[in-house]
Amino acid sequence: MKRPSPAAMQRLAVSFMWLGTILTVGVLLFIVAYILTLGLPHVTWEFLSQGPRLMGREGGVFPMIVGTLWVAGLAVMIAAPVGVITAIYLTEYTLEGKLTAVIRFGADCLAGIPSIIFGLFGFVFFAITLGMGLSVLSGALTLAIMVLPTIIRTSEEAIRAVPRAYREAGYGLGATRWGVVTKVVLRSALPGIGTGVVLSIGRSISETAAVMLTAGSALRLPTSAFDSTRTLALHFYILAREGISMSKAYATASVLIVAILAINLFAYWVMQRFVAKVR
Amino acid sequence: MRQAAKDKCISLILLAVAMSAIASLAMIAAFIFREGLPIMMKVGVGKFLLSSDWYPQEGRFGIFPMIVGSLAVTAGAMVIGGTLSLACAILLTQFCPPKVVSILKPCIELLAGIPSVVYGFIGVVILVPAISRYLGGPGLSVLAASVVLGVMILPTVTSISVDALRAVPRSYREGAIALGATEWQTTHRVMLKAARSGIVAAMILGMGRAVGETMAVIMVAGNTLDLPHSILAPVRTLTSNIALEMGYAAGEHRRALFATGVTLFAIIMILNTIALTVSRRRARKAGQS
Repeated sequence: MKRPSPAAMQRLAVSFMWLGTILTVGVLLFIVAYILTLGLPHVTWEFLSQGPRLMGREGGVFPMIVGTLWVAGLAVMIAAPVGVITAIYLTEYTLEGKLTAVIRFGADCLAGIPSIIFGLFGFVFFAITLGMGLSVLSGALTLAIMVLPTIIRTSEEAIRAVPRAYREAGYGLGATRWGVVTKVVLRSALPGIGTGVVLSIGRSISETAAVMLTAGSALRLPTSAFDSTRTLALHFYILAREGISMSKAYATASVLIVAILAINLFAYWVMQRFVAKVR
Repeated sequence: MRQAAKDKCISLILLAVAMSAIASLAMIAAFIFREGLPIMMKVGVGKFLLSSDWYPQEGRFGIFPMIVGSLAVTAGAMVIGGTLSLACAILLTQFCPPKVVSILKPCIELLAGIPSVVYGFIGVVILVPAISRYLGGPGLSVLAASVVLGVMILPTVTSISVDALRAVPRSYREGAIALGATEWQTTHRVMLKAARSGIVAAMILGMGRAVGETMAVIMVAGNTLDLPHSILAPVRTLTSNIALEMGYAAGEHRRALFATGVTLFAIIMILNTIALTVSRRRARKAGQS
């Protein structure tokens, strides 16, 4: 059999990849469009501002919105500083060696651990051993550990992408290492770090298994960090899985999707502006 | 001198914070094993892993079908999700006109945040009935779970692979083209090799998400306790087993669920270690030649 010419191979490969890409984007857009078409008509002001009645068959999702904001917000506020500092240490403050290998191994392994395991851990450690119970705080701490590797990895890549010359220029001007890190490196790595943080917010909002075991599924409005709460994603899961109400399930999913798209879009916009400004 | 001392001090504080990832990992391992290992020992590790009887009320715990289920579903997801996202990433970085990239890439990135339960839900309302009608069986199946997980990991794996391919120095590509290689030859002989460790990392992340996904799988996999004999058969994964029964389990039953967690943890660690060493060894080899 004759080997196809390089040009023919290229045409073949490229058409396969176009097919794959169109399929991917098509499926993803279809999912969003499908949920929004069926869900948005049910999203009213009442739905957003009222508590659920009859286990969610009627009423709205206000307590879940508040619970989600609490849990995800706290989680990222805890994880972001820790993750960025870890990345700074790995890239700027030490040479590659045993220690960095251990830290990186830890982060890589943590990234691969299933959320349900984080849930089990959060349940035994935060909720039972530390006595926090099923609460916003237990959920947030669990999620913080869960998103930590994402923040470390993205921050590290962003910091590494900063050209060496920037640092040398900083040192050349007599800046200290800490000065170079905070004033030069972090500033030009910020959009990359931002991406990681945004991905983490998204992951926290959409997490279900870990929050189910650590934050519980209470339907009332959480008033403190020690109250149990039910996040939007978990509420949606329960509505759909137990067949409580399909229209409310579609509506809840729409709220989730719109919220996440809005957050991501905002971050994207900020990043673009930032990149434009730096250039 | 004072400056050096201050620098050292900052360095130590940073190190302490940097250890939190590995410390968390150790804590997680310690707590899961403490809860789960005793019951595994009591039942017998071999029996726990290789027996197919899961009757918590009678104190019989065997999770073999769930191990098989988890592996099957993950493999399926990687075939679907891995291939498609690699295709996307290559197209976006090597062949696509910049205008189209500036539309497609944000699209894919924005969609990375869709909650996995939404994928599971779409699976239930569209995919499961379709499989049941056109391919037979109950619809709730290994296949359904594989497709749902495969699609779920697409945005993440794609966008990380894109970043890895973009990080390859421009001169590599230009050099290969200048030597007379076609763009495709450049891509698969130069760019993919140079970006390999990043792409492997993306795949690991995707695999981890697929093995670890719980709720979406519960919705579409059927959750029966039998060994799956075809891709159209329903299946229960390790993760679903924990999530389905954790709500009402107590005593030995609950500890057996932690033991399921121990197994999952072990599988993940083995997969991770293999993937990490492979990517590191290849990186070293590439560096030498």
